[in-house]
Amino acid sequence: MPQWNIIQAVNDALRIEMKRDPRVVLLGEDIGKFGGVFRATAGLYEEFGETRVIDTPLAEGGIIGAAIGMAMYGLKPVPEIQFSDFIFPAFDQIVNELGKLRYRSGGQYSAPLVIRTPVGGGIKGGHYHSQSPEALFIHAGGLQVVCPSNPVDAKGLLLSAIRGEDPVLFLEPKRVYRAAKGEVPEGDYTIPIGEAKVVREGKGMTVLAYGAMLHEAEAACAESPDLDAELIDLRTLWPLDLETVTRSVQKTGRCAIVHEAPRSCGFGAEIAALVQERCFYHLEAPILRIAGWDTPFPYTLENDYLPLAPRIRKGLGELRGRRP
Amino acid sequence: MRTAKSIEGAPPRVAPELLLRLYREMLRLRTLDERMMTLQRQGRVGFYGACTGQEASTIASAAALEPGDWIFPALREGGAMLLRGFPLVPYLCQIFGNAGDETKGRQMPSHMASKSVNQVSWSSCIGSQLPQAVGAAMAARIKGDKTVVAAYMGDGATSSADFHVAMNFAGVFKPPVVFVCQNNHWAISIPTQKQTASESIAVKAVAYGFEGIKVDGNDAEAVYGAVKAAVDRARAGQGPTLVECETYRIGAHSSSDDPTRYRDEREVEIWRKRDPIEAFRTRLVAAGLWTEAKDEELREKLAGEVNEAIAEAEKKPDPPRETLFEDVYSSPPWFLREEREEMLAVPKARRPGAAQ
Repeated sequence: MPQWNIIQAVNDALRIEMKRDPRVVLLGEDIGKFGGVFRATAGLYEEFGETRVIDTPLAEGGIIGAAIGMAMYGLKPVPEIQFSDFIFPAFDQIVNELGKLRYRSGGQYSAPLVIRTPVGGGIKGGHYHSQSPEALFIHAGGLQVVCPSNPVDAKGLLLSAIRGEDPVLFLEPKRVYRAAKGEVPEGDYTIPIGEAKVVREGKGMTVLAYGAMLHEAEAACAESPDLDAELIDLRTLWPLDLETVTRSVQKTGRCAIVHEAPRSCGFGAEIAALVQERCFYHLEAPILRIAGWDTPFPYTLENDYLPLAPRIRKGLGELRGRRP
Repeated sequence: MRTAKSIEGAPPRVAPELLLRLYREMLRLRTLDERMMTLQRQGRVGFYGACTGQEASTIASAAALEPGDWIFPALREGGAMLLRGFPLVPYLCQIFGNAGDETKGRQMPSHMASKSVNQVSWSSCIGSQLPQAVGAAMAARIKGDKTVVAAYMGDGATSSADFHVAMNFAGVFKPPVVFVCQNNHWAISIPTQKQTASESIAVKAVAYGFEGIKVDGNDAEAVYGAVKAAVDRARAGQGPTLVECETYRIGAHSSSDDPTRYRDEREVEIWRKRDPIEAFRTRLVAAGLWTEAKDEELREKLAGEVNEAIAEAEKKPDPPRETLFEDVYSSPPWFLREEREEMLAVPKARRPGAAQ
């Protein structure tokens, strides 16, 4: 099995599905001859040609709007938004159109497409190349939101996403785009959407994370084995695998949520609400959120902004000490 | 810039059967709109957006399409569905938002859609259907189909970002799309001259690298001719066209609007004299294709059909409550299943505006 990074895994998934299903088309800025600014579509233009790997004008609303029309017509578009910070010109198309099309047409029309976009900080990108907008799109409704942390999951989840019947926002954590490596199985396999994964078992507390911060949480848990933390990689953010989460929290009695998006109204807030509704009598401490600050994403001080391992370790230590 | 306009008194270029069909459909739409505005005032319908004054633009443009072609409509193209063979009763059920509505009462009135006639579902957000229409046309070409996509909008939509994005994509990719702008002079209260400083809507196409045509939108034959030519070009792989149909919104923007607050009634009077249906009938009679007696008979027949259909549609109940949670996703995730049970545990809420 090849040792691949997330970009290679994404590229492989796209190639596999484009070979398998002639309805799959890619569109976005600089994805064709150039192969994408992160190289995720490298080689696909040469292999599948300009009708299936489409370099578009620079307009995110056009990329998503056109992809919606293509999907309605029966293609399986996988549009790329170059950075998730650039997704907002397409916000109306995603929120009012894509997420509501099946509903408003009484199930007559749908647009099962997959929006791939790099997400999060860690590449010295300032606040226009670093944001984590997942909560906005979960709140919008009608979308599945996926955020793998490693290449094996990235490939299997992307194949599931493209084969699914619902629109998917596929968030690729760019801090670990190349850093997270894994033994990626060759050929076709899928990982179901909606299933979290317990990556470290424990009885002391439940730690929930996803994307790039999964690796920070993993480091924090490994550095403090006395915490006996159970670490869960959510993988699919929406619909959340609440069963895996609640089973763990009912066992451990403590819960921390880690994400790099700002804390207020972040996805952690929703998880905290769901966990307390279902695990209130099992909880031995208040649910802890370890998140990005409620500031715009900074350039120079990005490692002070992100909830990296030292901050997570401190938070988890306090969570263990807390009594209700 | 090319303009297309039929000449008064010239022999019809369109086959007489088609002319008569267009006239009947336009008159049916007028009849329907008048009845529905009355029902709205009586509180039997929540909202309505009439096409009055614009029937030639809506009906004649849609008539230039083949049944397999797709329509991405805006507010005033609902009537095109009827022309394309969609039955009147389920059409009215959309307006009533009841169980007979194919779209399950999910949207406000005048937001009808049906896959059976390739007229897609649209949102109230102005212009957002335009890039989608371009994408559908790109898909048709990728799949090797001969489908043409018609993308409708009003003059107001031409200010939206999505309009420019769609026009630009269309210019670059040259898919089989025909943009049809019904310039009715008013976007709610904003007149066209405050919407754009361009000399016309049609001229905007030039900047995007394709042809724009301005046509008398109250002349059914001219509209048909211009749109048909554009559709034929698109189908032949010769790329997009923007057709501006200059027409006029005789009535209010919608049942929620009062145009006397911003519009000079004298302007409306001028356009009333250019009523597309009146002008059409005069021409048909002059050409010996139609008579006043036949007209009288048709009006009676249409009124009867519309009233019968209303009576049937209005009888239908609300959509079942549990349908509220259908179609958000292809199948409902756990949170929607939970919410459905929560809703069903309380008695049905009275419907706002519904008869007691």
